Amino acid sequence: MGYKKKTIILAIIAILLAMLYIFYDLRGNIGYILPRRIIKVVAIVLTGGAIAFSTTIFMTITNNRILTPSVLGLDSLYLLVQTFIIFIFGANSLVMMSSNINYLVSIGIMVLFSLLLYRFLFRGEKNNIYFLLLIGMILGTFFGSFTDFMQVLIDPNEFMVAQDRMFASVNNVNTDLVYISIIIIVAALIYFMRFYKYLDVMALGKEHAVNLGVPYDYIVKRLLVIVAILISVSTALIGPITFLGLLVVNVSYELMKTYRHFYVIWGSVFISIIALVGGQFVVEKIFTFDTTISVIINFIGGVYFIYLLLKENKSW
Amino acid sequence: MVDIKNVFKMYNQKKVVDDVSISIEKGTITSFIGPNGAGKSTLISMISRLIAKDDGEITIDGQDIMKTKNNELAKKISILKQSNSINLKLTIRELVAFGRFPYSQGKLRNEDWVKVDEAIRYMELGEIQDKYLDELSGGQRQRAHIAMVLAQDTEYILLDEPLNNLDMRHSVQIMKTLRKLVDELGKTILLVIHDINFASCYSDHIVALKDGKIIKQGRTCDVIDQCVLKDIYDMDIEIQNIDDRKICVYF
Repeated sequence: MGYKKKTIILAIIAILLAMLYIFYDLRGNIGYILPRRIIKVVAIVLTGGAIAFSTTIFMTITNNRILTPSVLGLDSLYLLVQTFIIFIFGANSLVMMSSNINYLVSIGIMVLFSLLLYRFLFRGEKNNIYFLLLIGMILGTFFGSFTDFMQVLIDPNEFMVAQDRMFASVNNVNTDLVYISIIIIVAALIYFMRFYKYLDVMALGKEHAVNLGVPYDYIVKRLLVIVAILISVSTALIGPITFLGLLVVNVSYELMKTYRHFYVIWGSVFISIIALVGGQFVVEKIFTFDTTISVIINFIGGVYFIYLLLKENKSW
Repeated sequence: MVDIKNVFKMYNQKKVVDDVSISIEKGTITSFIGPNGAGKSTLISMISRLIAKDDGEITIDGQDIMKTKNNELAKKISILKQSNSINLKLTIRELVAFGRFPYSQGKLRNEDWVKVDEAIRYMELGEIQDKYLDELSGGQRQRAHIAMVLAQDTEYILLDEPLNNLDMRHSVQIMKTLRKLVDELGKTILLVIHDINFASCYSDHIVALKDGKIIKQGRTCDVIDQCVLKDIYDMDIEIQNIDDRKICVYF
């Protein structure tokens, strides 16, 4: 089967699942239920797309199949930034009251951090992947613990106000951010287009890319900014799902069996949407909210992650 | 013409390349020889801007490499490093096609495919061109990478230990191909090489490095000399003339 056919089939499955989720068992006050379901699906699609897309780019930049922005702790960082903003400004301040301003400030800080990350992790001579992985694990835990710590210090009333808005999950999608997220994602995609042609070459590795005339450092820096923005958007909408990116991008590579980013990216985006929308459907209708989709995906992804580690270990 | 003037490179306070100046003429093969850690690979990486130099000046045909646009430079000079671990699902033909990137920016036109076919034919990879890289032997993979550099069609070609992992037959085949590229197409080739007999038999000039410094540079017949080799490798190397070729006996 050709890449095109596979991509189209994945797209069709993704659309069908979205339709199923929206229209299944549609009874009662349709005028109330329908818009709510639609906006939830839109949020899930945006998140799934953003995670898959950013993870593919990130794996190409770092030239590996194990390290993802989530494994490196970027989504924990987003939560830390959010908490930090309440800690500094308080829940009733302008920054916190307008969710859009709060959102943009957080993304700004994430972009700054991604530039720091670039300085420390990518500028130097060749870095060992296990070293990066270790740093990521430590940073992720550190960000998580620090977030908890600050939440303990915040005034409980302020925390209650902020918590609802800050910590989203797939069951509790942050719907008031959907419109601005669409704008941000489209802007990031437009900015990304100019770098698109370099991705296939960059996957060959730094030395080959530089040899073939790619302004490597310049592009890596900008792609990292795009990754940081997309991760912020996805974390803000439905919260962190650590192993989703790892899972969908690797499945996409296995399924597509090609190096062409065009197909790998679209493949991973559709697989991600299928996993999230389909998974959420199963959780809501079959498990009746007994469990959450993050748990299921992290379980499958975690097992796959260990498998990848063992496999890569052998090939080196 | 590649001009290297007073180039330095330090790693952790240690001078890896120490005040090196060379100029390399067009249409020649220049071999860089020397013991491990002499700075050969570092030097060749700096010439191809893979790593930044700490001080000095490198110009190619009068243009400073740091001030030339990446894409323009990629049409003039190409490099192949010794470690080529690509973990992508790529066929030989697809890999070689990447060599056209500086010209095509990813959208290959007919003339690009003509160059790709030429490079594949030149490296005798025609029959296996649709095989995936992970199905190849070390020698085939090495030849595929060289074909990619050929498709890039640059005036200057830099090769870091191109004979690594190759048996004698393929080593000789590659050196003959390189010789042909220089003699027939007028390319300029710089290579790092460990086997001094290959350097002696196929190159026009030899640059001998040790501890980051140039010990001796010049025509091949001047550098392949018992005293010079003793300076470089700290061992007595006998030189025999066989069919007008200087063969070093160091066993």
